[in-house]
Amino acid sequence: MLLEGELRIPSGCAISGMINRRGERFSGEAVIKSIALMHDRSNGLGGGFAAYGIYPEYKDYYALHLMYMNQSCRDEVESIIKDNFSVEVEERIATRNHKGIVKPPNLWRYFVVPKDYKIHESKDSEDDFMAAITMEINVKFNGKACVISSGRNMGAFKGVGYPEDIGEFFRLDEYKAYSWVAHGRFPTNTPGWWGGAHPFTLLDWSIVHNGEVSSYGANRRFLEMFNYKIALQTDTEVIAYAIDLLVRKHKLPLELAAKVLAPPFWKDIDRMSNDDQKVYQSLRTIYGSLLMNGPFSIILGFPGGIMALNDRLKLRSLTAAEKGDLLLVASEESAIREICPNPDRVWYPRGGEPVIGRLYEEVTI
Amino acid sequence: MKKVYANPKHCVNCHLCKVYCIAAHSKSKDVLKAYKKENLKDTARIIVEETKTISCGLQCRHCDEPKCVASCISGAMRKDLNTGIVFCDPSRCVGCLTCVVACDYGAVQPGPDGKALKCDLCKDLGEPACVANCPNGAIAFLEKEDE
Amino acid sequence: MKHQALPPEFSVIRNEDKCIQCQACVRQCGFDVHEYDEEKNQVCANETNCVNCQRCVMICPTKALSITNNPNHYRINHHWNSVHIQNISRQAATGGVILTGMGNDKPMPSYFDRILINASQVSNPSIDPLREPMELRTYLGAKPDQIKLTSENGQLKLAEPPPPQVRIETPLLFSAISYGAISLEVCETLARAATELGTLYNTGEGGLHKDLYQYKNNTIVQVASGRYGVNHQYLNAGRIVEIKIGQGAKPGIGGHLPGEKITRSISETRMIPEGTDAISPAPHHDIYSIEDLRQLIYNLKEATNYQKPISVKISAVHNIAAIASGAVRAGADIIAIDGFRGGTGAAPMAIRDHVGIPIELALAVVDQRLREEKIRNRVSLLAAGGFRSSADVIKAIALGADAVYLATAPLIAIGCRLCQKCYTGKCSWGICTQDPYKTKRVNPELAAERVSNLIHGWSHEIKEMMGGMGINSIESLRGNRAHLQGVGLNEKELKLLGIKYAGEAI
Repeated sequence: MLLEGELRIPSGCAISGMINRRGERFSGEAVIKSIALMHDRSNGLGGGFAAYGIYPEYKDYYALHLMYMNQSCRDEVESIIKDNFSVEVEERIATRNHKGIVKPPNLWRYFVVPKDYKIHESKDSEDDFMAAITMEINVKFNGKACVISSGRNMGAFKGVGYPEDIGEFFRLDEYKAYSWVAHGRFPTNTPGWWGGAHPFTLLDWSIVHNGEVSSYGANRRFLEMFNYKIALQTDTEVIAYAIDLLVRKHKLPLELAAKVLAPPFWKDIDRMSNDDQKVYQSLRTIYGSLLMNGPFSIILGFPGGIMALNDRLKLRSLTAAEKGDLLLVASEESAIREICPNPDRVWYPRGGEPVIGRLYEEVTI
Repeated sequence: MKKVYANPKHCVNCHLCKVYCIAAHSKSKDVLKAYKKENLKDTARIIVEETKTISCGLQCRHCDEPKCVASCISGAMRKDLNTGIVFCDPSRCVGCLTCVVACDYGAVQPGPDGKALKCDLCKDLGEPACVANCPNGAIAFLEKEDE
Repeated sequence: MKHQALPPEFSVIRNEDKCIQCQACVRQCGFDVHEYDEEKNQVCANETNCVNCQRCVMICPTKALSITNNPNHYRINHHWNSVHIQNISRQAATGGVILTGMGNDKPMPSYFDRILINASQVSNPSIDPLREPMELRTYLGAKPDQIKLTSENGQLKLAEPPPPQVRIETPLLFSAISYGAISLEVCETLARAATELGTLYNTGEGGLHKDLYQYKNNTIVQVASGRYGVNHQYLNAGRIVEIKIGQGAKPGIGGHLPGEKITRSISETRMIPEGTDAISPAPHHDIYSIEDLRQLIYNLKEATNYQKPISVKISAVHNIAAIASGAVRAGADIIAIDGFRGGTGAAPMAIRDHVGIPIELALAVVDQRLREEKIRNRVSLLAAGGFRSSADVIKAIALGADAVYLATAPLIAIGCRLCQKCYTGKCSWGICTQDPYKTKRVNPELAAERVSNLIHGWSHEIKEMMGGMGINSIESLRGNRAHLQGVGLNEKELKLLGIKYAGEAI
């Protein structure tokens, strides 16, 4: 029987995210509580989290989180890592036993920097180099080993199980982050695969996604022209790569990248001012193949912020709220009120309108 | 008043206007029965002129001062003052055919029964049958200001 | 025996109970089949001439006529079928080339008929085009890989103007049909319909008649090997200039307009003498290699001040992926691929039926090759060659086309019934003839409405199917092969098309 990783499994889900814009770091307990409320949106076959600001003492190192299904994969991957990077720390990711988590794979963490001569040889930037290596590993090992996250001062934690169980398993109550993103999964197939859980990450980007990308085939074939290797067979992958291409490589502001994924309709572009019209027309004609069709609500995590976005027709639920320095987003208002009973403001973002929460300008982390 | 206007640019010389004119003025209102049972062939009130590559359907202009009405000795040719339609009442027509000679347009013909035969704009039917059935829009039922 | 009469291909069946001897069939037949016998008061048929164009069947007011295959059969022989026997016999009499018209009618494998389209369920809701906006708008032309923006007083602006783009409201255009192959009335029909629909029609190699310049906003002008009608004014009259390298119906040879069809008007428009055959050369005599194509493309860009996208139309042949790639690198902004089912006014039957490959495969391999070489964004791909329905169009777009060129379908909308005698100039429907008695049979106003109706109908069907797939914008369907699955296709075919077998996990 084909495992996920060899084929695509569509799924429905729950998402939740929050950021303290003052940069004050807090434990994962709140986000676990929030996602636990939405228990019935998952079926126990996937849950995951991403956290930003959790490794301040290693903030200049790439924090590689890896999962291995067997020892031989681990040996092979570690040799790739040691070949390309100087490894500062190499350790197991701390976990605690949990009856809801069965047969976890080997989970390892490495703090690394790329070797200088490798960067010289490849002529890539450090980020491009790291991205290429992570894509290479994911493609090569075809599900038997996979890079869970590879960003700086951030990490992703995910696996097969209800998200609240995963959160406990990974001891997220012991970490402190200024922003958290969480996901619970309802894949339409068994067996669940640890690598298929969300968030999907690339470098510092993490995405949790509730939805199905009907434009996947078009998105994928466009991204492949820009050297992105689509391996993990989940829809979420193309969203992460699209953001990476638009924001990191093509230097578009995040707000505009959101407008590529969920652009305004032509009838609305026709009514814009001349300059705006030209810009949006160009965005749609140049990046039309990155339009994300199909229902989605996503939360994107990045250093310094989070962004929540719905598809143009708002075919998935998404609620946002603010209380003081906190910005919260989730699939359900109840999930927000579970941890923040009296928000200052609650609203439902419109289809295609991004909700972006960033650290205040004066904050450094 | 609305009249039928022909456009030779679009006339394909099929003569279907004549076929449907006959059917419209038959008792059965059915093409087959009109031809086969009622023997109404050659009783069309629209005339198709054809010469080389050009053809055109022509019929009565329902003139404001109709010469056929003026020439009618029995009062069969009349202009309905409400609708403007000029028509022949066959019960009064004596077959003298003066109207045929009088008409400047040659729009009146002698019918096979000897009586005058001419377009009555399908006054009992609504839209003229020739216009409704022309396959190429070569005749149209229009109101035109100047004529 | 020098002359051997061939039995008629068709039988004219007239139901005498229904025939009212109105003689509409006599007047409308372009091939002198029907005759009125005054003595017998009967219309009878000279069946030898009948080509089964169906004009008499359509025009008969009592539906008294029907055309069937002549029940006279040669002995059934699956190898030497009746077409071969007839053709050999005709060639024995004349020594000429057997000509034919319209597209390949032989039972070659169809790929569209073995590809099925996806629909969303449960995890992905289908979208209702009557409730939600469904966008078909398409921009044709080269696209840069990256947008360059700048900011002026807080207002975002484009840092440099994009390459020329032409906007169409639906991914359906009218393909090249030359004035000469068809009448001016049909050209006008297509021009009017294109204008009403917000799309484009293509002049083909016949040049642009002066009466049609008023539709220039919706015109693609073609530069073919004969360079008919090409002057500076012509080039600037179109939104796009298309270099015709080949056409799907007859790859490797040029256009052919018999002298009988060359009237004064055509002679003026094409800038050639009246009455002599207009045979376009096979290659452009200034394009003998890829670098020559590049030269012509840039000549045209200079002549049109770089304001218009330049399209290159190529036939689907064996090395199509490499040819397309070369054309992209030669500077084309649009590539039109014409498959072997494409139509024509005149072509040798042997070439029409045996040269060229299916558009489905050609399109799939070209799209894939351009993406592998990372140059797909530099062109819009147009697919042509026998598209019969909106389902064919959806499949082509999912395989990788930006839009689809239609020619046979709008002609059928106008009345064509594919009798394949276009090259005689006797078309009873008045479509591919210059005989003024017949050309009137196409009333551009009425015919344009029919063509418009067809495209509106297909566009709506496309929206319904897109909605069914959970897509509300055409760019998400383009190249999205995940929404196609095959039946009755072997491994190789599936691989070339880049799709999976029906029922396979995605």
